[in-house]
Amino acid sequence: MVIINKQSKETRPPMRKTFESEIQQLKDELLVLGSMVEQQVTESVEALKKRDIEASRRVYEVDTQINTKRYDIENQVMIAIATQQPMAHDLRLLASILEVAGELERMGDYAKGIATVNIRMGDQQLLKPLIDIPRMAQKGADMLHRALTAFVNEDVEAAKVIPPEDDEVDALYTQVYHELMMFVIQDPRTIERANWLLWVAHNLERVSDRVTNICERTIFIATGEMKEIKSSDDESKKK
Amino acid sequence: MTETNSVFETRSLSIFYGTFMAVTDINIHIPRYKITAIIGPSGCGKSTLLRAFNRMNELYQGVQTHGEVLFDGQNLYEKGVDPVEVRYRIGMVFQRANPFPKSIYENVAWAARIHGHKGNMDELVESSLRQAALWDEVKDKLKQSGLSLSGGQQQRLCIARAIAVKPEVILMDEPASALDPIATLKIEELMQELKQQYTIVIVTHNMQQAARVSDLTAMMMLTGETRSGTVIEFDDTTRIFTRPSDKRTEDYVTGRFG
Repeated sequence: MVIINKQSKETRPPMRKTFESEIQQLKDELLVLGSMVEQQVTESVEALKKRDIEASRRVYEVDTQINTKRYDIENQVMIAIATQQPMAHDLRLLASILEVAGELERMGDYAKGIATVNIRMGDQQLLKPLIDIPRMAQKGADMLHRALTAFVNEDVEAAKVIPPEDDEVDALYTQVYHELMMFVIQDPRTIERANWLLWVAHNLERVSDRVTNICERTIFIATGEMKEIKSSDDESKKK
Repeated sequence: MTETNSVFETRSLSIFYGTFMAVTDINIHIPRYKITAIIGPSGCGKSTLLRAFNRMNELYQGVQTHGEVLFDGQNLYEKGVDPVEVRYRIGMVFQRANPFPKSIYENVAWAARIHGHKGNMDELVESSLRQAALWDEVKDKLKQSGLSLSGGQQQRLCIARAIAVKPEVILMDEPASALDPIATLKIEELMQELKQQYTIVIVTHNMQQAARVSDLTAMMMLTGETRSGTVIEFDDTTRIFTRPSDKRTEDYVTGRFG
């Protein structure tokens, strides 16, 4: 028998069709959940940009659906573990699906947090036109999309290149932060409105951070090694 | 795993059935006071390897063993080694419980008696049955036939019988495959108790069982042109079932073949 080290669907002998199709279905569901979250991230920011309260309320509604879907996935994973007794690669995959579904649900919460800002701001105007914040959202959503694609394809190489891109989001966050601080210094009455936007930027920064966790899981499924991908914003490493 | 902690060491062990090489080139160390599981597809030589540890293969016609099996450093296949003595020190429990058609008491006492046990037989029977987690169930009916017990109880009786002669090792060949889940769990719990005092090597088809009970797992399969069984991976059980090194082990434990 030929030894093939690279683990992929193609190299796996064709047994356990039922289980394979359950796994495929779980991956599909995870992709659906991911695209819902992706959309929430960009739409929550778009709603804020347009000060569209109705759109923000819709973000709330979708968030409930996201939570339900996450529990559905969790439940299906539990059933698969109980009925199929997964081992090795299968076990790592199922455990990772649980983890990633949780990550996605939390990312959805960040989008909901942004919707909350828009609703709570009420009549207040945006402190400044939103430019970098939508960029952060776009970048985060794009990273999420590719990370999840890499995850379901178990594509380690694709997963490895994504976490360093978090630096771009961090740079935008720093920029937004400084800009908002300038407003506050020049006119302390802007504190509240600056704070709203800082909250939004912080939430977006968290979204792309969590993308890294998804990439770590992709590597774990393939290699069995649970390793943290070091981000360049690790403060403990800075002098 | 250091060699001094090994009960068994096999060196280039190969076993033939006539001209057919069933098992080839086994080089493993079995550690003391641990449970080692041997897994692999049907016909890969698991039981043949297990039987090599107490020279049980010799009871079959035409079996030849090449290489060495060191037991506490001594080659079991050296000239002058008494296979009967070997089997006292290395006991065996089989797939089908096989109590003697005698009383429960006699099942335990018999081998010890012919082995020259001089002490108090009642105490030996009780302690053996206690160690096999059977005493409470049979203490009031020791004179009844061993065959009157349930399958799970019979298997524990066989374990009591094996430990009555104070072996160092207990070999188990699919000890729970004919038992229901509750009786299976009792045997598995019992194994955890027994490993405090004995080294256990178990052959099992049930991978969940191997994962539950064993400390180390040897994965066997047929390889090469001769299609002989050999150990392709031997590692901590947790490793074998979460991230094995060999693709073939991975495919086997995830149910893709075998």
